[in-house]
Amino acid sequence: MATPQHPFDLYAIDSLFNDEQLAMRDAVRKFVDDRIKPHVGQWFEDGEFPARELAKEIGQMGMFGMHLEGYGCAGTDATSYGLACLELEAGDSGLRSFVSVQGSLAMFAIHKFGSEEQKQEWLPRMAAGEAIGCFGLTESDAGSNPSEMRTNAKRDGDDWILNGSKMWITNGNIADVAIVWAHTDNGIEGFVVPTNTPGFKANLVKHKMSLRASITSELVFDNVRLPASAVLPEVQTLRGPLSCLSEARFGILFGVVGAARDCLETAIDYQLNRNQFNRPLAAFQLSQQKIADMAIATGNGMLLAAHLGKQKDQHLLRPEQVSVGKKNNVRMALEVARESRSMLGGSGITLEYPIIRHMNNLESVYTYEGTNEIHTLVVGQALTGIAAYADYKA
Amino acid sequence: MKICVCVKQVPDSWAEKKLTAGDSTLDRAAADRVVNELDEYAVEEALRIVEAGEGEVTILSMGPDEAADSVRKAISMGAHAGIHISDPALHGSDALATSLVLAKALEGRGFDLIMFGSESTDARMSVVPAMVSARLGLPQMTFANKVEVSGSNLTIHRVTDYGYDEVQSSLPAVVSVVEKTNEPRYPSFKNIMAAKKAPMETLSLADIGLDAATVGLANAWSEVKDFAERPAKAKGTVITDEGNGAEKIEEFLVTQKFI
Repeated sequence: MATPQHPFDLYAIDSLFNDEQLAMRDAVRKFVDDRIKPHVGQWFEDGEFPARELAKEIGQMGMFGMHLEGYGCAGTDATSYGLACLELEAGDSGLRSFVSVQGSLAMFAIHKFGSEEQKQEWLPRMAAGEAIGCFGLTESDAGSNPSEMRTNAKRDGDDWILNGSKMWITNGNIADVAIVWAHTDNGIEGFVVPTNTPGFKANLVKHKMSLRASITSELVFDNVRLPASAVLPEVQTLRGPLSCLSEARFGILFGVVGAARDCLETAIDYQLNRNQFNRPLAAFQLSQQKIADMAIATGNGMLLAAHLGKQKDQHLLRPEQVSVGKKNNVRMALEVARESRSMLGGSGITLEYPIIRHMNNLESVYTYEGTNEIHTLVVGQALTGIAAYADYKA
Repeated sequence: MKICVCVKQVPDSWAEKKLTAGDSTLDRAAADRVVNELDEYAVEEALRIVEAGEGEVTILSMGPDEAADSVRKAISMGAHAGIHISDPALHGSDALATSLVLAKALEGRGFDLIMFGSESTDARMSVVPAMVSARLGLPQMTFANKVEVSGSNLTIHRVTDYGYDEVQSSLPAVVSVVEKTNEPRYPSFKNIMAAKKAPMETLSLADIGLDAATVGLANAWSEVKDFAERPAKAKGTVITDEGNGAEKIEEFLVTQKFI
């Protein structure tokens, strides 16, 4: 029997990246192998995530806001950021969510739309993992259409009074600062809300069957009084939060390839080592078809991610291209996870192996950061010129 | 404080190691190349020493062109500069030649501490640090699981069979560390990017003033006469317990000289 090739060697994936990108990828992979993989099954079982402890080490490595410039951020290229997300999500989608929300949503919003004071106050501490951020856009009655949000901020002298609530907010209960989007007389504006401000409350979302090693919250604002300096000065429309989401989705389209890779590696290893009918399961043609199809799906997803990474590094990446990547790669990863699950038989349903955890996590990833359906309609709009989710205009 | 950490590029510790058929030297293409794991502990210890006070850490490695990657990798943990000794004549050098080259490269550079991992995962001889200290005439502070620098004094805990000895010396000195010393950090992204720009000297034998006749396979004091691949793992023996299981196990242990 010849030595089995890794599915990514089938595609010579490493040849797509430069030495620096590979060095960062390897550093994150080692961190995930040492610090995450041995424990994450238990965290998932217990519905816990040791965010504070991990934040320090993740911060020291420079993973928070790594693709941002200045203010203590590492300033890497977008492809390196994507590869870091891939390795994190090979550990767990919850871990990748933790890092994406901090870097691409909370820090990115401050970095892109914040005042110099806001940047100085928050970004260095957030980059170091000493302060944790969350991002509030979605509400229980405003998901795919965020313009229907009810959260609002009204002027009271120079101050703002914030009222409303946000739902499905990653890191909500542990955050030191929340970026909250609200209707104002000026349009839709973002507020930098320290979570110890009176009237701010976070409620933990329990009974999840997905992203259990991740903190999900409801945020409630009851007459939260904020100074004039709390508003993000550089944006007054939905373009603000949507551009942050486009950043995070870029991380996802790489990240889920990591989850798929982890499932595939686990399935191949299991199939080579479990014997039935006097041969390894991998010797059956039915198994080989599954393995080949999954390796090709995962490799193609990797190629797409690498291509979009190059586009982003040249500042050419368009939102509909991010939709192509998010839609394709999350669906691919979910299918690979489900097929891998079947290839482990009964073992596939236990947390002893990573597969069912990835599979359940990916159900969330399929929906959050733009549902699969909305991304489909964005691609449809690009191809037909018609926005199917908006009022029809001939 | 000027510290030099000597690192070696080795085949991945987990991979099957192979020798080259022609000259019985290590087949470096047969496995992924990595920084010798124990050397990372030495880098970590060096970084902690300069971070607690001040100073710079330089990485030194002797090896083929690809070993430059391992120098960069070690720098990406946070070191400041690299020196890579590379010369075709070095191929097949033994520990004596390696220590000669390292000592020559270190001479006159004014390092206060020269640090090593206590052994490499490929050759596993643990002699190079001692040889370098002998060649340089510096205190040999080897097999340390604790390193403390105070002014120009050095104290280590040297691991022994019965615990540890506390050993003191003045600086400069040569230190080798075991894996219990610390936990090496992950390279940070900033340091990975900075490593690309870190000053790196690439030196030949002539650059360090050594004659090719003193190094390499032809001048090695040890010679590999022959080698064979490890035989395939034999099938295990299954003992069925028919009331005498314990005796059968005892017999087996006796034949294997375990008891």
